[in-house]
Amino acid sequence: MAAEWMTGADVVLKALADQGVEVIFGYPGGAVLPLYDALYKQNSLRHILVRQEGGAVHAAEGYARSTGRVGVVLVTSGPGATNAVTGLTDALMDSIPVVCLTGQVPTHLIGNDAFQEADTVGITRPCTKHNYLVKRPEDLARVMHEAFYVARTGRPGPVVVDLPKDILQGLAPYVGLERAQHRSYNPVLKAAPRQIEEALELMLAAKKPILYTGGGVINSGPEASKLLTQLVQLSGFPITSTLMGLGAFPGTDPRFLGMLGMHGTYEANLAMHDCDVMVAIGARFDDRVTGKIAAFAPNAKKIQIDIDPSSINKNVRVDLGIVGDVKSVLADLLKLWKTRGKKPDPKALEAWWNEIERWRKRDCLRYRQGKDVIKPQYAIQRLYELTKDRKPFITTEVGQHQMWAAQFFKFESPNHWMTSGGLGTMGYGLPAAMGVQVAHPDALVIDVAGEASILMNIQEMSTIQQYRLPVKAFIVNNQWMGMVRQWQELLHGKRYAESYVEALPDFVKLAEAFGAVGLRAEKPSEVDDLIREMIAIPRAVLADIRVDPAENCFPMIPSGRAHNEMILGPEDKMGGTATEEGMVLV
Amino acid sequence: MAQQKSDKRAKAALAAEPIERHTIAVLVDNEPGVLARVIGLFSGRGYNIESLTVAQVEAAGNLSRITIVTSGTSMVVEQIKAQLGRLVPVHEVHDLTTQGAHIERDLALIRVINAGDKRIEALRIADVFRARAVDATVRSFVFEMTDSTDNIDRFVALMRELGKIEVVRSGVVAIAYGDGKN
Repeated sequence: MAAEWMTGADVVLKALADQGVEVIFGYPGGAVLPLYDALYKQNSLRHILVRQEGGAVHAAEGYARSTGRVGVVLVTSGPGATNAVTGLTDALMDSIPVVCLTGQVPTHLIGNDAFQEADTVGITRPCTKHNYLVKRPEDLARVMHEAFYVARTGRPGPVVVDLPKDILQGLAPYVGLERAQHRSYNPVLKAAPRQIEEALELMLAAKKPILYTGGGVINSGPEASKLLTQLVQLSGFPITSTLMGLGAFPGTDPRFLGMLGMHGTYEANLAMHDCDVMVAIGARFDDRVTGKIAAFAPNAKKIQIDIDPSSINKNVRVDLGIVGDVKSVLADLLKLWKTRGKKPDPKALEAWWNEIERWRKRDCLRYRQGKDVIKPQYAIQRLYELTKDRKPFITTEVGQHQMWAAQFFKFESPNHWMTSGGLGTMGYGLPAAMGVQVAHPDALVIDVAGEASILMNIQEMSTIQQYRLPVKAFIVNNQWMGMVRQWQELLHGKRYAESYVEALPDFVKLAEAFGAVGLRAEKPSEVDDLIREMIAIPRAVLADIRVDPAENCFPMIPSGRAHNEMILGPEDKMGGTATEEGMVLV
Repeated sequence: MAQQKSDKRAKAALAAEPIERHTIAVLVDNEPGVLARVIGLFSGRGYNIESLTVAQVEAAGNLSRITIVTSGTSMVVEQIKAQLGRLVPVHEVHDLTTQGAHIERDLALIRVINAGDKRIEALRIADVFRARAVDATVRSFVFEMTDSTDNIDRFVALMRELGKIEVVRSGVVAIAYGDGKN
């Protein structure tokens, strides 16, 4: 098999084309000029020029999560690579497949403190799934293909490929995708039949079952979400979802209890606590969900289905750990269940649902909208109501608005909800929305933002203008870092240090400066009209919604408390609920 | 009240979990940066490294073997093995401690500076421990000893009482008994 020789830059582009890449998000620099030169000479690969490398990575994340494909980034050496670190860490925490090509100084200058040199591989080693430094031309094509394999196989994640300039400029042999099997990295996708049997036995014997689903279902693909829906229909079990898993199961279905966790619904958290059989599907028992581990679901037998064996028994001891791809395990489980033909105890299930309905009656998400000041929940709920027919793609920044968006938006299908869960990166939403809009040019894409968060990557408004992306930024403006202020109010004796966002820009003027449309609402009566106008305008929009600065996000499991010890509203007493241990936790 | 009781029980259960010492053999690609990756994993997640050795074991397959001695509760040790297993350049992870009896060796070079009776005593004790003298001057010896970590620790402690010492250890290498297929 004679290899074709071409420049390293051409090898890279050919590898990208063979991997089916259509778009890359990037920013040029000295070390990657050979690649940009090669890009100039071709038309098939589209390049989106961002305004800061972090924006490129978040855009690739939004692209990846909304399509199920690998997001691709191209940045230069030194500061280009270091600016990408936050985005890479974000992709690692949320298991998003991203391949990030970073430029590097020529091989003979590595280690000399050359201009724009950084130890990219060393810096990104802990924050990527894997990384490579290509030192020989003959490794280049193989490494490019391997990078994509690693990024998308098993538990997806970010992969960095560091490309020294002399490798890009010199000649290199191209080899194709034929080498599909990796020598050492071959994750287990199919579960052992014995384990499926055991899981089924436990589920059939359950009197208070619950399905606890997470981002792993989304990563497994749309088929996994369909199978999950079939499982709920067949079993009649209640189902809750983590922040990252929203959309895997239709949000309007009455069997969906809402999101669980620190700001999850009352009924979801209580059902998780009181259950006797918990089936965790593609979820990792994160501390936002478990609350105090010692008091987590004390009476439940736990089954955990995950593609990553290190996720099982990491935080919480489970009774049955099943390593496998969610869609494969669910398919096996459904097949076995149907042939078995049995059903769980109907009387017990009815009693369990009655209990859940009683908890639902607390109406834990209720809020009081008056005539004068817009409540943030009202703004977000109206946004949901007035856009749901358009099946929008929603990205968020981080904070109170993110939690309200998760609470009030009901997603009917997966890949429509993009948020930074594990790392909680403010500034994620606007570039992510950019990436989503590039992937879905005709769709309605909305970034639900806070005014503090959106300033972190506001420069991407220029990218949005360049590519005429009609992204809508819905800014829930309460003039404070809402979530920080809430914690300072409830846990730090109202010592509001550095959480007031001083010198806010006029967002309407800012939008216009970037060539977008600016809208503002200050009264509850203006909200609906603003939303309708926003979605009718075929251009980018920054909408500034002035909301009540004092509103707190409830329910809340204060840190250090058990997951059934929620505060439901300002009337709930805080006294004695914040322990010393709790305050130390994030 | 019930909450506090169950808290106490849970805490007691966690505290009662014994710390176990495990010797883990990891087969990895012999590529630059793999060792840094493994060490980064341990330091990043706060796992303990008591000893670590690494060397190429198979040139044809480009494989190296890393032998790590670590300690933690059984849940932590399971996590360590799972985290090692999910690293891309890692081929196999073997917990020699759970797999059963295995051979462990550590190599030490110990310089002892003393004179007179203590010098003679040092030689006698070295004989008992089967440590070989590989260097001698009128004022010093250098002993080489290959044995289990515990025996070497005991020998070094004795030498320390007999003179001024300087110690170099290689760290633990280990291999299972039998034909290696369990």
